[in-house]
Amino acid sequence: MDAILLQILNGLDKGGAYALIALGLTLVFGTLGVVNFAHGALFMLGAFCAVTVNQVIGLEQVTLDPNNLTPWGTPVEIREPYIVSWLGDTGHLILDYSVPVSILAAIPIMIVIGFIMERGLIQFFYKRPHAEQILVTFGLAIVLQEIIKTWFGANPLPQSPPTALRSAADIGVLVGFNPGEIVYPYWRLVYFVFSALVIGGVFAFLQLTTFGMVVRAGMADRETVGLLGIDIEKRFTLVFGLAAVVAGLAGVMYTPILPPDYHMGMDFLVLSFVVVVVGGMGSLPGAVAAGFLLGILQSFASMTEVKSILPGIDQIIIYLVAVVILLVRPRGLLGRKGVMEG
Amino acid sequence: MVDFLNPSRRGVLKGGAAIGAGLAAPTIFSSQAWAAEYLNKPTGDTVTFGFNVPQTGAYADEGADELRAYQLAVKHLNGEGDGGMLNTMKPLTLQGNGVLGKKVAFTTGDTQTKSDAARASAKRMIEKDGALMITGGSSSGVAIAVQSLCQEAGVIFMAGLTHSNDTTGKDKRRNGFRHFFNAYMSGAALAPVLKEAYGSDRKAYHLTADYTWGWTQEESIKNATEALGWETVEAVRTPLGAGDFSQYITPVLNSGADVLILNHYGKDMVNSLTQAVQFGLRDKQVNGKQFEIVVPLYSRLMAQGAGENVKGIFGSTNWHWSLQDEGSKAFVKSFGAEYGFPPSQAAHTCYVQTLLYADACERAGTFMPCGVVEALEGHEFDGMGNGPTLYRADDHQCFKKVLVVKGNENPTSQFDLLEVVQEVPAEAVTYDASIFGGELGDCNNGV
Repeated sequence: MDAILLQILNGLDKGGAYALIALGLTLVFGTLGVVNFAHGALFMLGAFCAVTVNQVIGLEQVTLDPNNLTPWGTPVEIREPYIVSWLGDTGHLILDYSVPVSILAAIPIMIVIGFIMERGLIQFFYKRPHAEQILVTFGLAIVLQEIIKTWFGANPLPQSPPTALRSAADIGVLVGFNPGEIVYPYWRLVYFVFSALVIGGVFAFLQLTTFGMVVRAGMADRETVGLLGIDIEKRFTLVFGLAAVVAGLAGVMYTPILPPDYHMGMDFLVLSFVVVVVGGMGSLPGAVAAGFLLGILQSFASMTEVKSILPGIDQIIIYLVAVVILLVRPRGLLGRKGVMEG
Repeated sequence: MVDFLNPSRRGVLKGGAAIGAGLAAPTIFSSQAWAAEYLNKPTGDTVTFGFNVPQTGAYADEGADELRAYQLAVKHLNGEGDGGMLNTMKPLTLQGNGVLGKKVAFTTGDTQTKSDAARASAKRMIEKDGALMITGGSSSGVAIAVQSLCQEAGVIFMAGLTHSNDTTGKDKRRNGFRHFFNAYMSGAALAPVLKEAYGSDRKAYHLTADYTWGWTQEESIKNATEALGWETVEAVRTPLGAGDFSQYITPVLNSGADVLILNHYGKDMVNSLTQAVQFGLRDKQVNGKQFEIVVPLYSRLMAQGAGENVKGIFGSTNWHWSLQDEGSKAFVKSFGAEYGFPPSQAAHTCYVQTLLYADACERAGTFMPCGVVEALEGHEFDGMGNGPTLYRADDHQCFKKVLVVKGNENPTSQFDLLEVVQEVPAEAVTYDASIFGGELGDCNNGV
């Protein structure tokens, strides 16, 4: 039982990342009709926002100690971050919380990136076939990851969660288990709660605001909304920015779980597309539900008991589910009738 | 009499053949096809080495350091810089003016930590760039694939960081040589230290990278720890480059195991160790004992990536920059002066391999692979950082001291992350060459 609960928790935090990326992908597909293969790159760019913020606030003052030499004969370097020498303990605190602090920087940066991406390139492909959209956005993703590789190098850059959240919570005792039976890292719990809040926020925005109502109407019938005199294009540009922010935030908060490298967007993109297809192209609840579902399934497939019966199943489970869904219910779990069924 | 004004058809053919033969003769007799006794015989005043390292992928950190070391080795071989280990290497035939009178040039390739990409870049270096010797690799899968390619092509392969028993075991080749230690040696060196630190009543859980190196390390460590009396609870294979290991770590929590052995290296080890610590494994008490983590193959670069999570964790390593023998001190001084930080074990083995190859050519008096093989087989040397070392002729494996290290509890600098606990003598890690099978076969000159 404890093993099952732990794998569910694993699936939830992994599924949180899948759901956040798939949510943005679905928003863009549902509103703009664009299959955006550069969406994974937005996740990666978000992660590198966290890296950049950490590097900027961690800039160090280097002094040399002439009395202490390295084995190669140069004076030993004494390094102290400027922020610590200026702000003391507050500086330490800001450094410690650099990942959550990065969110403040990532939101405007991702809006700008999303806006440039949509206005500068993607808007010219709205009425072009999906194949062309895929080619151009895939090309864009490769360009973005190569830029990151040139700037930050090919190696992963580990980011630490705040010290207070580096250990594990004994959550089993809250539901009647013995102490130590179900422990789970604090940061992963934070990530799950964070993804749930962001998903809730996006849904509330789309359900409870006039802007969201127009976007939803545009997703259902773009032509009629246009006939009512509403500039739906302008709103869709903002939706692209929103999708970029969601993917970026997912990336920022994921950095303490997985050290970011230039390729991480591509790794998540393929999985997230599978999530969108399983959930139903254009269905926001479908994307979220499928994200969590596939995250949990992937975790269960990694259990030794399962792998001893079906070796290698952990590597293919997600694709296996996608094949079954496409054969049995091509529109996906919660997809609209007619989509992908024609 | 030949009528030049009215040539016959037969005459034109005869004359054409004679002129053709005359024009072709000089090139035929001087071309490599006739003159070379071996592939890529250097004809100019340089000799080309091929450095095939991972510049991207899971082992990119090691690859970058390997490349630095190769460049430093070339510098020293060509008589530039302070000479590094050329000042301590014994015996030494090299003069510090290149190899056999030729300056050393090099070409590089990115293995991407993938066997097919590594073979493609090695092939390019041999066929297009004329590389006479290929060296590098930070993955045993890659090393074995490239070693086999070099054997087929007829050039020498001097392995970089490869720790699988198979490299000089079932997949050994006559044209391939390994200075680095292997999984068997890690197990043999680590076991007594683990017994002393954690006792002989332990239950171990293995997480293993799912490729040749991981399999052989798991087997060797299992054999060594079970011989101590430890029980292996479970051994789970994880995909290379998995990134998030949470689904493999959670089953460890309540498995009854009190030791987690991470048969991971590079980025995988950094991720799995960090995540294992985040899951609270090091704070757990199981079977009345403190839960422990062991990383059988360590490197300073990995320790740097994993940060303070490595503190107190045992492992083994081929070499460490803090060693105080003359060879290590000379190399650390050269490398540190050049790059501003100490070399990793990957850098050390690559540097040493380049010097050993060059010295073997000098001793053999030729770059011909079969001559170099003969010079390296059974060669004994010292002054390269691990004490007296033998390149065993039976399997082309080096036998030397192995270091048991522990994550430093109180580091004095950003590089002072591992503490050498014990220098295990070569005799304690030596084994019968036949136990891992394989055949060296014949050497190949490539023509």
